[in-house]
Amino acid sequence: MSARTLLHQADITRALTRIAHEVLESNRGSAGLVLLGIPTRGVLLASRLGRILADIDPDFDPASVGSIDVTMYRDDLSRKPTRAPAPTSVPPGGIDGTTVVLVDDVLYSGRTIRAALDAISDLGRPRAVRLAVLVDRGHRELPIRADFVGKNLPSAQHERIFVHLAELDGDDSVSIDSLSTNPASTDPASTAQVDAAAGSTTHGRARP
Amino acid sequence: MRHLLSTRDLSRDEAIHVLDVAENMADVATREVKKLPTLRGRTVVNLFFEDSTRTRISFEAAAKRLSADVINFSAKGSSVSKGESLKDTAQTLEAMGADGVVLRHPASGAPHVLAESGWIDAAIVNAGDGTHEHPTQALLDAFTIRRRLHGGTQRSSDGAAAHGTARGRDLDGVSVVIVGDILHSRVARSNVWLLTTLGAAVTLVAPPTLVPIGIDTWPVDVCFSLDEAIDTVRPDVVMMLRIQAERMSAAFFPNTREYGRVWGLDDARTARLAPDSMVMHPGPMNRGLEISAAAADSARSTVLEQVANGVSVRMAVLYLLLAGQGEGL
Repeated sequence: MSARTLLHQADITRALTRIAHEVLESNRGSAGLVLLGIPTRGVLLASRLGRILADIDPDFDPASVGSIDVTMYRDDLSRKPTRAPAPTSVPPGGIDGTTVVLVDDVLYSGRTIRAALDAISDLGRPRAVRLAVLVDRGHRELPIRADFVGKNLPSAQHERIFVHLAELDGDDSVSIDSLSTNPASTDPASTAQVDAAAGSTTHGRARP
Repeated sequence: MRHLLSTRDLSRDEAIHVLDVAENMADVATREVKKLPTLRGRTVVNLFFEDSTRTRISFEAAAKRLSADVINFSAKGSSVSKGESLKDTAQTLEAMGADGVVLRHPASGAPHVLAESGWIDAAIVNAGDGTHEHPTQALLDAFTIRRRLHGGTQRSSDGAAAHGTARGRDLDGVSVVIVGDILHSRVARSNVWLLTTLGAAVTLVAPPTLVPIGIDTWPVDVCFSLDEAIDTVRPDVVMMLRIQAERMSAAFFPNTREYGRVWGLDDARTARLAPDSMVMHPGPMNRGLEISAAAADSARSTVLEQVANGVSVRMAVLYLLLAGQGEGL
């Protein structure tokens, strides 16, 4: 596997800090702001974003960071082996009337976000829903776009994007694997396999 | 595994996985919209050859919360009472496009036959077969014990929801005493296999006439006196079984009052249990017979939690068997 690293730790931190400022700017402060991360790595990014927001704006309530599992809402459930769902945790005040910022690591087909929007509507009725992603790699299959993007990474569909976060993977990096046009050539011990077991984090599997 | 036929062939990891998914399902029950779109377009048939209200409505609620279509089929007043065989019934359901069949049958092994015969393609969930097994009851009992011990979703003082206190945990070191008609009880059998797989120590307490032959091959201790079990085992969990008059073809004990006096959980015995212990009952209860009203209504009693958790656990089972492509549990 020949993965090329595109973002290093400092780049990721800078991108998240910029996103935090943009969130506060578009929301005109931190009032009524709720961050919901999409498992697995979106949850980690949401809690990082929450810490940065709390540093910038003392009024930001650190308890208004949660997670939202979208497994039960996916449209590809019947095409894949059963996925293990992750916990959903909503801030104690609920999400009615708030501005929810969905946080995910990679925006690709948009299907995960579609599922997340359905999941949110079952939890309550926010005033607005925004989307923040660390990486937008294109190839949308649904009319969905991100409001806050860490980095646009134009990619080919056969390429794979790996997001590593220190909390889970030991290091912070975003890398792209350009050469594995043939999935069978992938080393079985590679990150791709590990990630697939941990959740939906290899953003580049062949789709039916 | 494509079917859930018994808890005996569940591994520790598979069982914990089911319980963890059930934690997610339990969270759904606390929301405003208690419904998931997960099994939209799937059909679940509740095929009940025996009277049952709570298990059937629990499965029905579970399937409906996952947006599946539910068809209830009970043997009374159906073609079965006109002499239709299990095979023809199964093939009829197959032709109707059932994706999952929840089967309760008076004959031990009927779900196994349905799963192995090739008459029907659907996933089979055993909802109680004769005196063999009742796997979802054991799963919900294990789930209830785990939640009481390790907590479900809890909120800390700063308001953040703390997950994972119970997730991934087994029942290592928990002592469980199961009291009553072990001979006829599929609940006891399923619980013995599941709870010991999860690491609990199980002691069975029953009159000698209600202990099955071959019990020495089970991974359990047997005791004939409830008083002795309470004092020596110091159980974390006391699970009372219902006296099943309908399955008793012979006199296994002199009369119900004597049974209640010797093997019932009366007020005096309840008072001797540890304060944080649990009293469980699969229901329906015979108050005053195997369990006193005070024990059934005390803070130790998990009876209503068991009912609520039953829906969560059955949602987890249906999700794991029906949502994905093939694989199952």
